Amino acid sequence: MASITLNHLVKKYGDGFPAVNDVSIDIADGEFIILVGPSGCGKSTLLRMIVGLEDITDGDLLIDGQRVNDKAPRDRNLAMVFQNYALYPHLTVYENIAFPLRLAKGKHSEDQVDKLVTEAAATLELTDHLQRKPANLSGGQRQRVAMGRAIVRQADAFLFDEPLSNLDAKLRGQMRSEISQMQRRLGVTSVYVTHDQTEAMTLGDRVAVLKKGELQQIASPRELYEQPVNLFVAGFIGSPSMNFLPATLEGTTLKTAIGDLQIPEGKAAKAAGKKVVLVGVRPEFFEDAKLVEDHKMSNGSTFTATLTHTEWLGNEQYGYINFDPAPEMRELLNSLARDMDADELRPQVVVTLDAASRIRGGREAEIWLDTRKLHLFDAETGENLTRDAEAGAELTREASEERAEELANAQQSGEGQGHGGGFGSGTSGQAGGSPVDAGPGRAGGATAAGGKHSAG
Amino acid sequence: MTNSSTKNKVLWAIVTVLVLIYALFPVLSILATSFKSPSDLTSGKFLPSSGAATTSNYEQILVGDAQGLFLSALRNSIGISLIATFIAVVLATLCAYAIARLDFPGKKLVLTTALAVSIFPVISIVTPLFNLWRTIGLYDTWLGLIIPYLSLTLPISIWTLAAFFRQIPWELEQAAQVDGATTWQAFRKAIVPLAAPGVFTTAIIAFFIAWNDFVYGISLTSTEAARPVPAALAFFTGASQFEAPTGAISAAAIIVTIPIVLLVLLFQRQIVSGLTSGAVKG
Repeated sequence: MASITLNHLVKKYGDGFPAVNDVSIDIADGEFIILVGPSGCGKSTLLRMIVGLEDITDGDLLIDGQRVNDKAPRDRNLAMVFQNYALYPHLTVYENIAFPLRLAKGKHSEDQVDKLVTEAAATLELTDHLQRKPANLSGGQRQRVAMGRAIVRQADAFLFDEPLSNLDAKLRGQMRSEISQMQRRLGVTSVYVTHDQTEAMTLGDRVAVLKKGELQQIASPRELYEQPVNLFVAGFIGSPSMNFLPATLEGTTLKTAIGDLQIPEGKAAKAAGKKVVLVGVRPEFFEDAKLVEDHKMSNGSTFTATLTHTEWLGNEQYGYINFDPAPEMRELLNSLARDMDADELRPQVVVTLDAASRIRGGREAEIWLDTRKLHLFDAETGENLTRDAEAGAELTREASEERAEELANAQQSGEGQGHGGGFGSGTSGQAGGSPVDAGPGRAGGATAAGGKHSAG
Repeated sequence: MTNSSTKNKVLWAIVTVLVLIYALFPVLSILATSFKSPSDLTSGKFLPSSGAATTSNYEQILVGDAQGLFLSALRNSIGISLIATFIAVVLATLCAYAIARLDFPGKKLVLTTALAVSIFPVISIVTPLFNLWRTIGLYDTWLGLIIPYLSLTLPISIWTLAAFFRQIPWELEQAAQVDGATTWQAFRKAIVPLAAPGVFTTAIIAFFIAWNDFVYGISLTSTEAARPVPAALAFFTGASQFEAPTGAISAAAIIVTIPIVLLVLLFQRQIVSGLTSGAVKG
């Protein structure tokens, strides 16, 4: 078990292109950190720098306070699970798991090796497959063998490089909770690279969002979701993603392409002086105005819009509103989409409506928006003008307390709790949205839908 | 469906038999000839005439007059081919590994040079080599044959092995390094076992090339000190100058074929088995 400190890490390739640029992260002992970002953001490179498969151009990498920049991978005592599992095909499952022990010559007697391997196999339910070759295993089993190889040697930290991306959606969900429980039970420091934000939100104690080699924000999933530091993080985290509407601010009135919105004075004050801002609205901040309870009505603002179509999902439904931004704004939105690996879509707003809503495509409808939660972004710098840093820090502090509690529980009971991660309900704070469900129940549903989306 | 598949099977069977006959008929013919007595050679029949089948040809080359010529040649051939193969495979393994894994200037040059060398006609090098070898004292020695055989076997070994190494996922080696292996251990414990089928295949190809060579064998040797079998066959003589040594040559040819057949049978599994399946996502 160890803490890992990344101190202004830089990775430059031969052509001078910085794949990782000045990234600093403090990873506490036993913490589960997720590195997430669009492809090419340097997350895998960063992981490989930690494990020692990539040289570090500049900066310091400390493991338990010791600088390990120049140490070979084998001297760092880290375990890594590769995307393609990297099992040794000529060895049986047993020998695959025993491989690291056999390399440490003389450290383990044959009995010890046998005991450790059997234990690891039992943990991962591989006991029946020990004498088989990797070629005869299913994807999920191979993945477990790869993890067995990691846990058998009691490494200081686990590093995962998109370990689930080769599995089908159902198995992925199952393995996700297994990894989460295993990490809690062993209490081992873990760094996990993924591009799947469901994994990022559910597994991580803290999530580091990277873009083009630069760290954008590192915080608990809830802080990322509720208090994103800039446009990129806001757009990257959440599925369906946050809507961005170009708007001009006049007093406390936001003039947008879908209508005028009254926003709270506090928010307006923070954006004062900016002529053009981008309004960031999560889909679930919207609701069918007819279904909003009266006492909540005053928390938001209503506008009329014509939905192009709706998608009913059972627990909720999505509605789509097209809008036509000014050309320079369209350019901004497109470049934002490019940053996030998405296609340049026609500008539209996605609204989440209650499943009971009768609003249908093509008809004019009155829609309510919870203006307390929206964020205003600087159109030029992308900075979040309305971010409440204190509230965000509070969320991350809460998350770390929960983590400590979970760790203690998991290790006390000897086996993991059924509930992995626990930070998945990023959409809480939803209370204003639905008169039918209580907040938490609905939040869970939204997360599940998000999962489906990212899996597709 | 069943109809067409039976039809297919029959068709394939016929084609297979035809190809087998085409490929094996000469071998069978030589085998039959090797059991014929000298007087039976011109009988015009495929098999030795009944009652006249004899092992005298084998006796002649193994224990009889031609023993000295043949057995020493056999020893030379086996020794020289094995040594040349071994050196070629070891060098080619390291070279191909570097080519497949590392990025260094001149990588393309190494590959193209290897190809160019293998394209170069053997016959055009023989005369200069002959003079050179005589001057420096390599003429009619094992080393004098091993070196030119390396020039034949190395290029093809490097090419096949480089292609083979490229297929082995690099992640395996990195995984081994993370698991605590040194670079050498990672190579030996993760890569070599996977490369084994490729190395065996390459070794067998290299051995065939060295084993079958005739031009170098006959040009760079003069005595039994280094003369390999293909060259020695040309020096067989009949019992008298009017008698062709066909029977003895056939017997020698059969004996020479045996190691090759044995090799293929022995390493068949390594050649065929696709060990890499299951290493990565399947």
